[in-house]
Amino acid sequence: MRREIPLAICFLLGVVMTVQFFIPHAYSQWLLANMEKWLIIIAIFALLLGLLNLIKIHVQKVTRRRRDWVYSIVALSGVAASIVTGFGWGIGAESPFMKLYNYIQIPMQATMFSLLAFYIASASFRTFRARTLEATLLLIAAVIVMLGRVPLGHVVEDGLRLPAISEWILDYPNMAAKRGIMIGVGLGAISTALKIILGIERSWLGGGD
Amino acid sequence: MKKIGVLLAVLALGGFAFAEAAPGPAGVTAIDLPNDAGKTIVLSWPASPLDKEKTFQGYEIQRRAPGETAFAPIGQTAPGEFGFTDQPSEAEDGTKHLVENGVKYEYRVFALPGKGEPVAMGEAAAVAKGQWYNTDRTNVLLGIAFVTSVIVFFIFRAKSGAKLFVRKIAGLEAVDEAIGRATEMGKPILYVSGLSDASDISTIAAMTILAKVAKKTAEYETPLIVPCFDPIVMMVEKEMVKEAYMEAGKPDAFDEDSVFFVTQSQFGYVAAVDGIMVREKPATNFYMGAFFAESLILAETGAATGAIQIAGTDRVTQLPFFITACDYTLMGEELYAATAYLSRDPLFLGSLKGQDWSKGAIMILLILGTILLLISTDAGLYFANLFKTAAESAG
Repeated sequence: MRREIPLAICFLLGVVMTVQFFIPHAYSQWLLANMEKWLIIIAIFALLLGLLNLIKIHVQKVTRRRRDWVYSIVALSGVAASIVTGFGWGIGAESPFMKLYNYIQIPMQATMFSLLAFYIASASFRTFRARTLEATLLLIAAVIVMLGRVPLGHVVEDGLRLPAISEWILDYPNMAAKRGIMIGVGLGAISTALKIILGIERSWLGGGD
Repeated sequence: MKKIGVLLAVLALGGFAFAEAAPGPAGVTAIDLPNDAGKTIVLSWPASPLDKEKTFQGYEIQRRAPGETAFAPIGQTAPGEFGFTDQPSEAEDGTKHLVENGVKYEYRVFALPGKGEPVAMGEAAAVAKGQWYNTDRTNVLLGIAFVTSVIVFFIFRAKSGAKLFVRKIAGLEAVDEAIGRATEMGKPILYVSGLSDASDISTIAAMTILAKVAKKTAEYETPLIVPCFDPIVMMVEKEMVKEAYMEAGKPDAFDEDSVFFVTQSQFGYVAAVDGIMVREKPATNFYMGAFFAESLILAETGAATGAIQIAGTDRVTQLPFFITACDYTLMGEELYAATAYLSRDPLFLGSLKGQDWSKGAIMILLILGTILLLISTDAGLYFANLFKTAAESAG
């Protein structure tokens, strides 16, 4: 029964929500809105489970003095600081919680994001080495697109027409490849959804009888 | 033959007569907005001769509900705007403007000249109602019905024992090799199932691949690390990995803490996973599912640690980054094909075959559309419009 009931719920909701997509009536919209509310409610409970899991993992690491347990103290301190400041002083614009968020979390996130610039440089260097015909074509296309989208490309627009060529590369060969992939993705998504709704794909049910 | 000729002539004349008798678009028209939940009426009117004047103020729309004696203004449009949508709204002072379903509303439109009295454009009435079927989505319905039929057909064919050929996918062929490498090196395997939630179909695909990977790691008793971005995904993946270990006959080898929640902060998650890569130095990294700006940061860090990396995503913008930094990349639909490929289950292979045939049908339609466009622009555009969807439709 632990498998049959979730499978039946999955089938029923899968069919109902597929039909709902084609019904614009107010009852159908009510159903969709309520399903979305349920999703939020489940997500909130799941977040609580996630938080408990996070605390459990790091507390175990500290108490059992596992490798790099000191980092777990930092993680637990962050969790404790957020909970204490959030419940203690609220989450208003000038609250300690928002100060922690604005002056610690956001700069740290921005730091991680800024690493992308360096990684793009190193990845580009590796990719654009013209060792094969494909890599050479890629290099030429990349140089044209990059130059065509910066002011330098527009300066030499009269002679080389780099912005126009760049646009053409993006609008035709690039767009055709993207659409090809997206068509495949759409079909794959339908197939996966169908397998789950029909109960062919059951690995999401996990263990138990 | 003569009778048929007469009949055709009568029909043609009838059609001509009908076309002649049909009223022109004079005056104000009010219609219920089609394919919506109701509570919306769309008004339109022809241009007033006054509209050409420089001092022209625009058009005023007035409405009268049943039981009301006088018309009340409900809105105004600028010169050159010949339409108005009446729908529920709330003013800044909290006054609510309602449009109820099943109620007949009467409308009047006035042209507002720069000087002098407003000029009546005409009157119209309409009743708003919700529809039970969105006709704008008929093409989507037919498309889904076709693809579903093809997939179900091939699933049944596979069930009946038909042998189905599936082309080799390098990224999936390498899964065994990658797990074997980690086992030989005595290092763990890192599995990242994307940064989206459980309602994302690519996350579901990533979770099903994890089940197959976990079964192999269980067989080889290779440590598995699964840091999760979403708590629901974590709960499901924990159960899936546990089940995989049970299926492999190694329930004791399952580590409850191997699947854990990290954070829902995008770059916080990246920092944590990068830290795991640098500290634990996994021999194999899997990146499956939905990825965003963090894809290259993850993949480049993994490449720097010397891990063999297999990625799979349906996010077109992230594919180049994975192709650059990973050893193998599953592109788009290959992510969804992975479960079938790894399990070799006839039912899964049948669905995969159905996808391929559907793709073949789409290719034929694309070629047909291209030929039609080359022959006649009108015919080609008409054909292309058959596949357009109304993105703004309700629901």
